[in-house]
Amino acid sequence: MDLSQFKVVEIANAVKSKKISAVEVTQHFLSRIENLDKKINSFISVNQHAITEAKKIDEVVASGKDPGLLAGVPIAVKDLLCTEGLKTTAASKILANFIPPYDASVVANLKQHGAVVIGKTNLDEFAMGSSNETSAFGNVKNPWNLEYVPGGSSGGSAAALAARLSPAAIGTDTGGSIRQPASFCGVYGIKPTYGRVSRYGIIAYASSLDQAGPMAHSTEDCALLLESFAGRCKHDSTTSAEPVPKWSKNLRDDLSGMRIGLPKEYFAAKIDDDTQKIIDQAIKTVEKRGAKTVEVHLPLVKYAVPIYYLIATSEASSNLARYDGIRYGHRANMQEHKVKTIDELYSISRGEGFGTEVKRRIVLGTYALSSGYYDAYYQKACQVRNLLRAQFLKAFESCDILMSPVTLSPAFKIGSRVKSVLEMYMNDIFTTSTNLTGLPGMSVPGGYSANGLPIGVQITARHFDEQSLFNVSFALEKHLVKEARSPHVI
Amino acid sequence: MITKETIQHISKLARISLTEQESTQFSEQLSTILKHFEEISELDTSQVLPLVTASEIAFHWREDQVHQEVSPTKLVANAPEKSGKLFKVPPVV
Amino acid sequence: MSYSDFEPVIGLEIHAQLLTKSKLFCSCPTQFGLGDNDNTCPVCTAMPGALPVLNKQAVDFSMKTGLALNCKIRETSVFARKQYFYPDLPKGYQISQYDKPLCEEGFVEFMLNGEKKRVRIERAHMEEDAGKSIHNGDHTLINLNRAGVPLLEIVSGPDMRSAQEAAEYARTVRQILLYLEVCDGNLEEGSLRCDCNVSVRRKGTEKFGTRTEIKNINSFRFIEKAIEYEIHRQIDCILSGEKIVLETRLYDPDKNRTFTMRSKEEAHDYRYFPEPDLLPLKVEQAWIIESKEALPELPIARATRFTEQYKIPQYDALVLTTEKTLANYFEETAEVSKNPKAASNWVMTELLRELNNAQKDVSNSPISAKHLGELILEIDKGTISGKIAKSVFLEMWKTQKDPVRIINEKGLVQISDNSSIEKMIDDIINTNAGQVEQYRAGKEKLFGFFVGQVMKVSKGQANPELVNELLKTKLKG
Repeated sequence: MDLSQFKVVEIANAVKSKKISAVEVTQHFLSRIENLDKKINSFISVNQHAITEAKKIDEVVASGKDPGLLAGVPIAVKDLLCTEGLKTTAASKILANFIPPYDASVVANLKQHGAVVIGKTNLDEFAMGSSNETSAFGNVKNPWNLEYVPGGSSGGSAAALAARLSPAAIGTDTGGSIRQPASFCGVYGIKPTYGRVSRYGIIAYASSLDQAGPMAHSTEDCALLLESFAGRCKHDSTTSAEPVPKWSKNLRDDLSGMRIGLPKEYFAAKIDDDTQKIIDQAIKTVEKRGAKTVEVHLPLVKYAVPIYYLIATSEASSNLARYDGIRYGHRANMQEHKVKTIDELYSISRGEGFGTEVKRRIVLGTYALSSGYYDAYYQKACQVRNLLRAQFLKAFESCDILMSPVTLSPAFKIGSRVKSVLEMYMNDIFTTSTNLTGLPGMSVPGGYSANGLPIGVQITARHFDEQSLFNVSFALEKHLVKEARSPHVI
Repeated sequence: MITKETIQHISKLARISLTEQESTQFSEQLSTILKHFEEISELDTSQVLPLVTASEIAFHWREDQVHQEVSPTKLVANAPEKSGKLFKVPPVV
Repeated sequence: MSYSDFEPVIGLEIHAQLLTKSKLFCSCPTQFGLGDNDNTCPVCTAMPGALPVLNKQAVDFSMKTGLALNCKIRETSVFARKQYFYPDLPKGYQISQYDKPLCEEGFVEFMLNGEKKRVRIERAHMEEDAGKSIHNGDHTLINLNRAGVPLLEIVSGPDMRSAQEAAEYARTVRQILLYLEVCDGNLEEGSLRCDCNVSVRRKGTEKFGTRTEIKNINSFRFIEKAIEYEIHRQIDCILSGEKIVLETRLYDPDKNRTFTMRSKEEAHDYRYFPEPDLLPLKVEQAWIIESKEALPELPIARATRFTEQYKIPQYDALVLTTEKTLANYFEETAEVSKNPKAASNWVMTELLRELNNAQKDVSNSPISAKHLGELILEIDKGTISGKIAKSVFLEMWKTQKDPVRIINEKGLVQISDNSSIEKMIDDIINTNAGQVEQYRAGKEKLFGFFVGQVMKVSKGQANPELVNELLKTKLKG
């Protein structure tokens, strides 16, 4: 049995029934990381205590107690989530040696369910990027073609999954950062409804947009992972008290009665041929499974990218003010820079510690909030956000799921998009609305481009209706015909 | 047009030192970006409230009880400079 | 043009630390005096990924205060980030309230030189406190124990027209906070902080002059003196043709002057925006009504009741209601003694004097209200005279014993039977024949001498009224 191909559910069951030990599973993936990660650079650090932690799971199993939903399952955690005792860097020089004394709630929940944190995955610095080219720890390479980006900002999580270095991964999504890399790397990834998952312990980028979510090789895996860590958290005021359903136990691939909305504006965009082909196949598949497709109108989506960047960078400029080298993190050498005042220390430490993209976004966000510009930029963006959400909710009166591509085209070559910042930002055209409206969104593997790169299909549902997302994903998983391929890096 | 001076003023507000090159670059890039973003001004939002939290979430309180889950000594452990248990910084004007 | 052509315009911003057990957005203790940075957690030290969760009790205290200040309570108020860089502000922003504060449009009233004054409360909003900076010359040390403690910022309108009025306003607000038991109002220790905004303008004009802000004044006396100085300073400036600079100033009590805090005032761009980590605070009507009904009797209402119920003068009532603890003490004494007028006198003269000399608070008084009441009962019963009572009082203060016990132990029971006193008087008349003759001849002043003699012989225990009565009779001859 090749453990690399095991799904989360399979591992958990095997460990619980003692067919295999948690230590064996962990060791397997640790070896793969050691052998293969140098090719793709998907991990920033590996958990040196993973085996010890796996051993504890085995002890629990041996004692007859319930080891949890995810017994012995190794999880690759985006290095944006705090892990107690394990370095957490946000892929930034400014936190290069930060060791948190607490776990993010998501991590604590995963551990409670018997999962083993196998390592911290690479990402765009502070989650700001869509190609994993802004990390202070080097680019991540797409396992499907090492010259291509894996997507971002959860590039490391997606790549590690695709390369089978871990059976499951956690990412975060602020403007598409789970869905886009999931699409580029051919894996499943879901951004839950805003408020489903605790943000406590997750290094904040944009507070009203960030959500952590699972990435895996099947719908059932994603559903099970999300069940293990969704729910109200006493440390996060923006978590919902909505009960967490047992999504994984209620998956249906029969979509009769379901209405799939196809946003006119999305389909009018310059989608590349490969992507169009796959989305057409996906539409046919859901229709075969009983769903009806209907055109919906979302003209305000043309403003999604501008308002996303105005809101996200404004919130980020504020959230990143705490990185000042006083209580933790990088602090400039005072002698070297002849620093005399506290303000000089702040500026130089932060200037040295943050990368260019982060600095750019902080400057943009500070500007958007500054006196004289607040009304026209930040406030205006929030008002448009309100209109956008209302428009989406109206669309959901005539459909239950929205379907669209994840991006205009599949993964691009590393270094090919760094010249035009605006162009880079405009790539988020299909994904940002989901975060702005708080709706849950998922990327489902759809097929491959002519040159062998994965292409995903994006589905969006009403607030707190992750079940519908999982059902459509399940239907596509079972019935959308695509070749069974593997990235040749394996 | 976002001038280099504006970029420098903003970088001071944000306490981030930029290189000459970064200041020039940002001035160009942000001018382009914001010019494009200005299209949002074409929408009539005079009767619209700004939206901050996009999901319906019930308010979340805390009872007034003392509870420290993380030992405070661990919190000072990451400090680059300290004196005893206090954080140390250059003199503040 | 002279001083009398100008009028001062004064507004006060009072920050009150709320007496919750835990901080505003985390469960760290607010308790004073623990080790450096021991009252901390990831939230109040702004660790990566930390998030605020609101303390319900802080909202309750803030709302009660707003209601006591006659404010309207907003059913939906919003927290906002106020952004600036300072090492004792770990997040680089303070969570406060900006354009939608919890309480608005209130007022307080108080007496000033016999006149009733009303000062508007523009708003009262919730916010978190910053940590403390300890400046040590070539470096500064930061203690975050105080970071995150709940504050209520109470902003008055620019309604005060004299330093005295401002100080009285501040005292009134403090008094209300103590009555509500939401703040311990200690200006010296900083649980109450007062910033004064002072400007002047020509009498009759409507436009405000440029104001200065005076910060960090730690006593009411100094508040009055600082404002007084600043008013004069500003008028002097204007009269000599200078412009007032919009700036922050500090007060030096030793030299009795204000001085510039910062040589160049940089206008802060706080870049306020709604706090995305918190939802808008919704307070239901039912809760507001419940809070209003649960408000304790406030100082002015209590003073009014004292004048009506106990028939004591307004001045006394105001003194007795200065502190809730004092008012409670008085009422218990009045209850026990059944003599409110006497209770009022004893508390206001003897008790307050001893408390002031010993620098004690009434809650630490060695003489309990019950015992003081009992002392008054003994006077009214005739057991002891008022004069003797004063020495019993001092003994009670020293020993904390109850008055009846002291009276018995020291044999101080008043001599009130006629025959004993008559005998004493007879003896004195017999041994002072000369003075008796002089008295009977018309030297009425000598009456005091005879009274003195009786008191001497009786060791002060003879009932004075009886002594007077019987002496008069016997001296007549």
